[in-house]
Amino acid sequence: MSELMNDSSSLPAPPPWSFDPRRLGRLGGLAGLTMAFICLIGMPVKIDTVPLIERVLSRGYTSLVWVPVVFGFIVASQVVLEGMQARKRGLGDIIDGTVVGGIGGFLVGLLAWLINNYDIRDPLINWSPALYDFLSFSKGTGFAFFIWTALGLGLGAVGAGLQVLPTAYRRIATWPAIAIVSVSVLEAAFSDLLENLKLEFVADAIYAKQRGVTVKGAIILAVLAAIVAFGRDRVKTVVASANANGTVLPGAALLNNVAASTRKKISTTLGVVAIFVVPLFLGRIMHELLANVGLFILLALGLNVVVGLAGILDLGYVAFFAVGGYTTAVLTSPFAPWWTPELPWFVSLIFVMIVAALVGLIIGAPVIRMRGDYLAIVTLGFGEIIRLLFLSDWLSPYFGGAQGITNIPGVEIGVTTIKGTDPRAVFYLVMVFCIVAIYASWRLENSRLGRAWMAIREDESVAEAMGINTVNAKLAAFVTGAVLASFSGAIFAAKAGSIFPGSFKILVSVILLVVVIVGGMGRIAGVMVGAAVLIGVLGGPSQPGLLQEFGEYKLLVYGVLLVLMMLKRPEGLLPNVRRSRELHGDELTQDVWIKAQIEMDEEDNSATTEGEVAPA
Amino acid sequence: MTVAVRSKSAYKKSNVDFFLSFIKVLLVLMVSVGLLAFIAQQIDPNNPFAEWRNEGATRLGWPALKGLLIAGTIQGFMYGLIALGYSMVYGVLGFINFAHGEVFMVGGMSGWIVSEKLFETGLWEDAFLLALILVILVSIGVSTLTAVIIERVAYRPLRGSPRLIPLITSIGVSFFLQYTVSLLLGPASKSFPVLPEWLTKDRTPLDISGTQIMVLVVAIVSMAGLWYYVENTKTGKAMRAVAEDKEIAALMGIDVDKTIVRTFAIGGAMAGVAGIMWGLLFKSLIFTSGFLPGIKAFTAAVVGGVGNLGGAMAGGLSLGVAESTAPLVLLEPLGIPGVSQLKDAVAFVLLISVLLFKPTGLFGERLSDDERA
Amino acid sequence: MSHVLEIKDLNVVFGGLHAMKDLNFHVDEGEIVSVIGPNGAGKTTFFNTITGLVKPTSGDVLYEGHSILGLDPNQVTALGIARTFQNVRLFANMTVVENVMVAQHCRTKQGALSALLNTKAFKQEEREIREYGEKVLGFFGSRLVGYRFDQPAFVLSYANRRRLEIARAMATKPKLLLLDEPVAGMNPKESAELTALIGRLRSEWGFTIVMIEHDMSVVRDVSDRVVVLDHGETIAQGDFDEVSNDPGVIEAYLGRPLENAEDKT
Repeated sequence: MSELMNDSSSLPAPPPWSFDPRRLGRLGGLAGLTMAFICLIGMPVKIDTVPLIERVLSRGYTSLVWVPVVFGFIVASQVVLEGMQARKRGLGDIIDGTVVGGIGGFLVGLLAWLINNYDIRDPLINWSPALYDFLSFSKGTGFAFFIWTALGLGLGAVGAGLQVLPTAYRRIATWPAIAIVSVSVLEAAFSDLLENLKLEFVADAIYAKQRGVTVKGAIILAVLAAIVAFGRDRVKTVVASANANGTVLPGAALLNNVAASTRKKISTTLGVVAIFVVPLFLGRIMHELLANVGLFILLALGLNVVVGLAGILDLGYVAFFAVGGYTTAVLTSPFAPWWTPELPWFVSLIFVMIVAALVGLIIGAPVIRMRGDYLAIVTLGFGEIIRLLFLSDWLSPYFGGAQGITNIPGVEIGVTTIKGTDPRAVFYLVMVFCIVAIYASWRLENSRLGRAWMAIREDESVAEAMGINTVNAKLAAFVTGAVLASFSGAIFAAKAGSIFPGSFKILVSVILLVVVIVGGMGRIAGVMVGAAVLIGVLGGPSQPGLLQEFGEYKLLVYGVLLVLMMLKRPEGLLPNVRRSRELHGDELTQDVWIKAQIEMDEEDNSATTEGEVAPA
Repeated sequence: MTVAVRSKSAYKKSNVDFFLSFIKVLLVLMVSVGLLAFIAQQIDPNNPFAEWRNEGATRLGWPALKGLLIAGTIQGFMYGLIALGYSMVYGVLGFINFAHGEVFMVGGMSGWIVSEKLFETGLWEDAFLLALILVILVSIGVSTLTAVIIERVAYRPLRGSPRLIPLITSIGVSFFLQYTVSLLLGPASKSFPVLPEWLTKDRTPLDISGTQIMVLVVAIVSMAGLWYYVENTKTGKAMRAVAEDKEIAALMGIDVDKTIVRTFAIGGAMAGVAGIMWGLLFKSLIFTSGFLPGIKAFTAAVVGGVGNLGGAMAGGLSLGVAESTAPLVLLEPLGIPGVSQLKDAVAFVLLISVLLFKPTGLFGERLSDDERA
Repeated sequence: MSHVLEIKDLNVVFGGLHAMKDLNFHVDEGEIVSVIGPNGAGKTTFFNTITGLVKPTSGDVLYEGHSILGLDPNQVTALGIARTFQNVRLFANMTVVENVMVAQHCRTKQGALSALLNTKAFKQEEREIREYGEKVLGFFGSRLVGYRFDQPAFVLSYANRRRLEIARAMATKPKLLLLDEPVAGMNPKESAELTALIGRLRSEWGFTIVMIEHDMSVVRDVSDRVVVLDHGETIAQGDFDEVSNDPGVIEAYLGRPLENAEDKT
């Protein structure tokens, strides 16, 4: 049977390419709608003032031109089922891509014409002359039709072309584009870093005076990216062929001797070192960003225990953040309305943990028996209730109501005090706590409790039948998450110096959820990277990220990301391998069945008396 | 499949259960004391019991109380209309459609756009009833379309996944809709054109405004239509069959996909009606208008018993009245200052209470077995 | 000396369905009792009631003389009753050995704190849990050992999954083992192997076993006593030969012959 699996010539031949106008029309229409949508939410006009590549391409046009490329790529893609061959992509697909892009582009031209002739600026605020000028390059409607259709045709062909190219060359084509866009958009971060590394000349070479990347810089980046992509591919091919032939390469022996776990330890250590060293070379603004990102990472790590490890969807997680912050405020600030013990921060932390654990128990006890989705809504409700309580006049004698609590002193460590005025120090403090959180998650995951959590996630009633007290186990996860969130709240209070109920809206919980999911539920590295990328680049609920001008659109993007992730890869970008299997169950079942058939045949043929080990 | 019905045996109560019993007792105590204090306050404001928690207690006059009850009932009808959508989708597909509140908002917003246009052309005042019908139809149309598109794009591919996946997706859709509306139409709140004088004036003897009567009438007509549809038509029966057991319904020849689309469509339509009514009643809408009412409407669906349409309406009414009266009837006699701020919390406390005391809702759930698990 | 398990006048009513009718049943220590009966006779409901998944309408369930009615399933397991499921419900994404390690949850005690501090007691217990898990898996010969330990459970063949299901129940260190159709879906060779193993579960590991089964050769080979259920009632009890010739049992399985038909069996 295994021979059958490997002999591709005996697999059914895929259907040949055929011209499918309806499909093309549909995708083209969708492409056009997408571009129209992007125009009407005001993105291109708003960000048009900043160039991507100086004098060549502005960010505004960049926000549109990716659409035909992507749709061209999609139209030429194919879902390859297990046991089927992929059709070789060719000219027909490029035609498809061209048509789809062309339709999309034409619709954009149509939009320009509509704007010119009708005025519905009343509901649609971005239906403006500015948009018309943008779309027509200030050269009239005819030109708009021409240019956008042409762009659509060309870019659609490029998108489809990417499918036609062998995978290796695809990277060589796409990495330069990604490199140019990233470097240009993240200019603030990069130039800051380069400046502090005394490498200003690099920044001068790449970046233009009026922001954006110079043409020269773009070319350099493109070439570099292409070389890296090419190099990576060559190395992989060489290694693969060497493995196939059995030859040993010079460096390979060294690499193979180093066991996987040691390699992991080395890369983790390098990562930790980088985290602590890189901020030394960054400027003030970046420090502030890092501190905010760090707080989110800490929160995400805590939520990861609740959602990722135990499978409890807590939509009110921000409540524990608030509890941590307010407890710290009350215990440390001399301006707390009711009681002013004015404890040092580290001492108050002990009480913060206790209070958070208690609140976790109080909220957790009623909800832990509920169905997963009810639990989500009820925890959302609790989050809101807690915010309303902190905001209320009723409790304002204790918590300051809408005025909050101010004059929260910083964190005293030895001779220095870490405060919001030195965000880099805050960042380091947060990282230390993150390490604690990571350690805690890791140890718990590989313990009796962690196994119980896994079993509960797999099949809760069977877990109970196996002797696990599911209520206590879930409650333990809930409380652990609460305590970790309270750490973040405590640091936040000390950093901000004051605390207001407005910082604890439901939005925070939802964004955290997006981060944990996009990063990969259950996998620590994934969650950290997800937090860093999303909060750092797009920005948090009230904090701007690197893409400051993009701020209005970030919540829209979060929504889209969440939907896309759930549709395509529910397990996140850096998935916990386990979870991936849970969620792609159907796809894997077929594989498993086939393998099991093979296994059964093998077992029947082998000796089965005790003591003999069956062949692999 | 196994029916998970358990009771605690006498000698093995766990700590969590003790705590929960304590909370239940606390809730019952608070509600009773509050109500008794209110009654005492109504009889005689100087009554020591009334003054115990709430010094300077004053009698809540009947006109004021009546106003609260009427407002609460009207709002309850709207919650009920929205709750129908949650209840139906949960009954048929087994997950909470978080984005339903936004469908409500989108319907209302589209009604606003049309009403503005009609106002500009003068039709709003001249042929108000016609304009109103047009506006309602547009709201229904847009929200139905939105609901159907969402189902097709975001939920259908996820059919059969573990329950939490579509819930999380719906959160994403909710965000997407909110911010799309905000970006397309602007984040400022939208004011509805003024309603004609003859409509808005108060009608004795109930002291109910014409606007409120309008909302009442529209709501009742919509619900009657829905009731008729679900109970008597083939589609309605198909919906109930699919809610009961999807596989068997398919084996019986029912087109499950189409039935599910219709379920979303009807839920969306109801939400659209609620949306435009909300806008006309409160005279404004903003892109975040769907969020809280959505959650509260889900609460109403749970309170009434999820999957149970009559329960959804009843739950909505209960929630509306409770929310409206609780600040002055319950919380103030208990001595809590600034009670109007805590109005939103009432819904959540009601949700938690129902789930603690009677998780299947006041009128019982109607779910298929695997959704119940 | 009380029975290990005693069911007294058990009634379970679901809406219109009277699943168990005044059922009486007992098992003594070291016995292997088979419960057989046509489909829908209420056998799995019977197990579900014992383990606490289902609450009976009336009657009592006594384990070692004490009523366990109303206990949570995990409490029942902690007391010493373990079960397998008719449709194998493994923790498919956990590894083979993790399945039998997590089953020891109620027999172990190191909690979150000792896990966080990585105490000596914690490490010791983890070692013991793993060793015991491997020992339990070793009961099935070479099938679930070695490289199999760290394979995720979903890669196992069907027969191996059923074995792992039993191993997991064993790992909870029970006194009473409830096996729900242990050989369902296995081929004759696998069934015979498992039948022998069931015997050894009693002789080497000391379990008392109640088994629901349809495969009569297994029932005949291994049971001390057979109980026949139909429509929630016991219609016969005794050893295999008595029961298989009981006319009531034959009728329950095959139906009554027509009045005027010749005696043709």
